[in-house]
Amino acid sequence: MRLALALAALVIALTSAAEPRKSGIDYASAATQTLQKDDAQNPGMLWVKDGQARWTERTGAANKACADCHGEIAKMRGVAVRYPAVAMPSRDEPASTSSAPRVINLSQQINLCRVGRQRAAAWPAEHASLLGVEAAITFESRTLPIAPPTTPLLAVAQARGEALYNQRIGQIDLSCRDCHDGLAGKRLGGNTIPQGHPTGYPIYRLEWQTVGSLQRRLRGCMTAVRAEPYPYGSSELLDLEAYLMKRAAGMPLETPGVRP
Amino acid sequence: MNRRTLLRAGAAGTLLIAMRSLAANIVVSPILSELARAYAGPGAVLREGRVKFDITPLVENGNSVPVEVTVDSPMTTAQHVTGIAIFNEKNPQNDVAVFELTPLCGRARVATRIRLATSQQLIAVAKMNDGSCWTHTVEVIVTTASCVEE
Amino acid sequence: MASALITMPKAARAGDVIEVRALVQHAMETGYRRSSEGALLPRDLIRRFTCSFVEGTGQSVSTSDGSSKPGSRLVFAATLHAAVAANPYFAFHFRAERSGTLIFIWTGDNGFAHREQVNLLVT
Repeated sequence: MRLALALAALVIALTSAAEPRKSGIDYASAATQTLQKDDAQNPGMLWVKDGQARWTERTGAANKACADCHGEIAKMRGVAVRYPAVAMPSRDEPASTSSAPRVINLSQQINLCRVGRQRAAAWPAEHASLLGVEAAITFESRTLPIAPPTTPLLAVAQARGEALYNQRIGQIDLSCRDCHDGLAGKRLGGNTIPQGHPTGYPIYRLEWQTVGSLQRRLRGCMTAVRAEPYPYGSSELLDLEAYLMKRAAGMPLETPGVRP
Repeated sequence: MNRRTLLRAGAAGTLLIAMRSLAANIVVSPILSELARAYAGPGAVLREGRVKFDITPLVENGNSVPVEVTVDSPMTTAQHVTGIAIFNEKNPQNDVAVFELTPLCGRARVATRIRLATSQQLIAVAKMNDGSCWTHTVEVIVTTASCVEE
Repeated sequence: MASALITMPKAARAGDVIEVRALVQHAMETGYRRSSEGALLPRDLIRRFTCSFVEGTGQSVSTSDGSSKPGSRLVFAATLHAAVAANPYFAFHFRAERSGTLIFIWTGDNGFAHREQVNLLVT
């Protein structure tokens, strides 16, 4: 049975030679691939399970659960593939004084609901509960192709993100493109350099021994090239997220991904 | 031929299989012998065999290394494994885990994920209800991550 | 409140040996890591995992320590040390003979305690 599956995978790999993009999981060791594929072992599933519990938990001054407005979490299928997206202040932030629409990612959307609808305090970046809910929502879109919306505002963010992606930074003076476009598949220390497609976020990263967001990973890379990382929630990180999702458009989501 | 070997067959599998059979002839580190003897108890005789310690010889990330220990035993009330201990050679602490098994297990096979700080030997020691103790020692190479950010 | 995931068949035939897989959310802080500010993060580990079996169907088995309930038998246990990876995972086996409930308990430092249970129907 396993041999048949391996052969089938080989045939699929050969026939999809026209798709040169590869997910980070394709560069990982067999052990890491097994960890991601097996829901019984994938540590990210613990965050998904936690997020699913939070979905029905009443909280905040409004004493509301996500489920009260959105129904069962299965209805979130198709949502995560469209983020980063454009937030509409009138719809998403009823109490907001800002009138300009802006680009937000899924965790910011979750916090908008938390503050605006549940009237609870926003969760800080990388908070376990925020990652749990983000993982649970994104899990519902597992296997769906990444599909960024086509709006002018998002296009501007994507263009800015592409410029940041190509810009050399840090004392080591490297751009994202230098490694992830130019050297993908080659090795850096004990790891293989991936192409850098955000197909599994929030990921369980073995190096962190916990689940983390794309922004955390980007900041980690910036520190690694000895650049001052952009702060969490900064427009630079959002622009990069927007560009990276555009660059990965069409690739299937794997959340919760496991990476070395 | 077990599942792990088959998975690696497509990629430099021959080299890895060769490394594993070489590993069968390694000289067990004194600290592991001592820990195994302490676990086995006074007067116990330690022999190699009946235990299979399954671990990849080349570890990509030492934070999470899958391992599986299988012991050849019918797991009946008359004949069963009572415990399996795993020790490491070069982590800051040598203990990894000690498992207690009962005939209710039905099969003596345990899997878990461990942490390895560096390339080293590991030993799995199985204790039987008849007092006999069996060991399997392995040697692994642990590569470090490319960038440590925090 | 930790999250845990038990993966096992819910039904089996008498005599079957089933695989039981248990995953629990816990950082397993070794005590050797430092924070980004350089401070040593204190050791915080799960120390013990037990799986016990209570025979019978439709009973409430919600005692605080399943393993001391009369009629509960220890199936499998583990004593963990810092070298067990974060979010500990164990896979072991269980010989199904009669219907009942498997009770899983994790305990550790700083009063950590988590419990899960799964019913098994044996025909």
